[in-house]
Amino acid sequence: MTRGQAIGRLALRRLAFAVPVLLVVSFALFVLAKASPFDPVERYFGVRIIGASPERVAQLRANWGVDEPVVSQYWAWLRHAVTGDLGDSLSLQQPVSAVIGDRLGWTVLLVSVGFALALVLGLLLGTLAAWRQGSWLDRSITGSCYALEAAPVFWVGLAVLYVFALQLRWLPGGGVTTGSEPVSVGGVAAHMVLPVTVLAISQAPWFVLFVRQNLLESFTQDHVIGARARGLPDHLVVSGHALRTSLLPFLTLLGARLPELITGALLVETVFSWPGIARATVEAALNVDFALLGALTVMATGVVLVGNLLADVLYALADPRVALDG
Amino acid sequence: MADLTWRPAPRSRLTAASPPRSPKWRLLPSAVVLGVVALVVLVVPLFVELNEQYVDLAIANQPPSAAHLFGTDELGRDVLLRCVYALRVSLTVGVVAAVISAVAGTAVGALAGSIGGWFDRILMRVVDAIASVPHLLLGIVIVAVLRPSLSAVIISIALTHWLTSARIVRSEVLSLRTRPFIDAAIVGGASRTQVLTRHLLPNVAPQVLLATTLMIPHAVWHETALSFLGLGLPPHAASVGNMINDAQRSLLTGGWWMSLAPGLLLIVTTLAVSGLSGVWRDRLNPKRRTELTW
Repeated sequence: MTRGQAIGRLALRRLAFAVPVLLVVSFALFVLAKASPFDPVERYFGVRIIGASPERVAQLRANWGVDEPVVSQYWAWLRHAVTGDLGDSLSLQQPVSAVIGDRLGWTVLLVSVGFALALVLGLLLGTLAAWRQGSWLDRSITGSCYALEAAPVFWVGLAVLYVFALQLRWLPGGGVTTGSEPVSVGGVAAHMVLPVTVLAISQAPWFVLFVRQNLLESFTQDHVIGARARGLPDHLVVSGHALRTSLLPFLTLLGARLPELITGALLVETVFSWPGIARATVEAALNVDFALLGALTVMATGVVLVGNLLADVLYALADPRVALDG
Repeated sequence: MADLTWRPAPRSRLTAASPPRSPKWRLLPSAVVLGVVALVVLVVPLFVELNEQYVDLAIANQPPSAAHLFGTDELGRDVLLRCVYALRVSLTVGVVAAVISAVAGTAVGALAGSIGGWFDRILMRVVDAIASVPHLLLGIVIVAVLRPSLSAVIISIALTHWLTSARIVRSEVLSLRTRPFIDAAIVGGASRTQVLTRHLLPNVAPQVLLATTLMIPHAVWHETALSFLGLGLPPHAASVGNMINDAQRSLLTGGWWMSLAPGLLLIVTTLAVSGLSGVWRDRLNPKRRTELTW
């Protein structure tokens, strides 16, 4: 069996784990929703339930199937979910798939650009800090990383919003358009700068500290010492020898940080009124709209699982020493 | 390998990680900050009572001054006093939730590690599955089910944060199980429960305590995020997240001090907690002395 096939089998095995996880998570969410003392039919009628005829209420209960056992309800949901019908959102009065479809693109845009920027920042600053270990540069980089790790991302967001959008007025601070102007590439790009930056600098500290630590460890490895002994200049040793080996574990970190990235995006979106899924998530939670909240949670879990799978596959592709069994 | 008695002075800066500066540098400031915070948070409420209903519009929206060090909010309440109460609430939630999640995690991890086999595999798969759900989203779902309240927030944090300690305890138990003193205990006739409670658990206790203290900042952060989204403590209650949430509106009219103070206090406090537990971690296992916490 070639290594390529082995990696393919690894991916398949991880996918085989992902499917039951998604089923378990969605079923657990379903049970949680059922366990809440909250009745969707009562919610639908609101105060009008006092005047509503019992027949109408009973008919709706039968139509919605709220009194059937959890398992059969879950089965019905699942059957529809695989065809793309995720039910209706009670709080937004729209099909769940439409709610998510309208917003997902914005969130993906924010998250992907923010993640890429965080990576670049992490590599750049981490390498600088390790290279100039012990200098004022290293100390200020690691110091601000620790501070940023401790700061709530929404607080950083508010501070950035206040300084750059409200005081200096350099950049717009909320939404994706100003006033009634139509959505344009330039306008969105200008509106993206602040939220993307905040998301990136809230995620970057982990990458910076990780790269710094790994680089420092790799400076003692034989091939790095050998390269220096041959008289190669420092910048070549760092970029060509030290960084290469220390980047491998970095790939696993990328997968591991995905849940935090989604969490961060949720909060950043709220601060900057970004039209992504955050607003819908909070609305769904406040209004006990489990159809929407459950779908969003299962979706985020799926993204995390796929991200971990990709990180593992990349790791196996990048490092031929990685064992593929187990 | 023979140790060189003479080494050339390094010309390049590409050297191994220099040993961390003496722990005093982290220990002292962290201890002082935590001491002051603990004292203020515990003592001030004894003398100054926070009246949630108190409104004095005559002194509303005042920037920091001698009378109000961190200014006043849009209802004329002193921001510093509210911060003290908020920190008290947030820290209480953090500590209680961290302890609950540590206890739950230890129970699951110890069971999985000591029973082993299929039980262990299934339990750890469940842990993996829960770990794949982003914490904050799972927390939001739990709060949505239980409706926002103090206990809902604590339960939400506990249910999302026990995984770390479960994994730590399990791997510690697995490695301890192979040690001779466990064999000796079994040969000496100790039952499974005795081995677990007398020999295994006391040996994982330091690691669990450390994981619990490292958990506190996370728990506080989780509470703050939930409250900020409006899904945490009731809006009138002073908590760090609620204060920052309230301060959002004042920010638009230039009231920066209302969000600055709670955020800064939170950062300083959580840095002090992780600083202290960092020193402790280095003492506990000097081999794993790295600067990465998680």
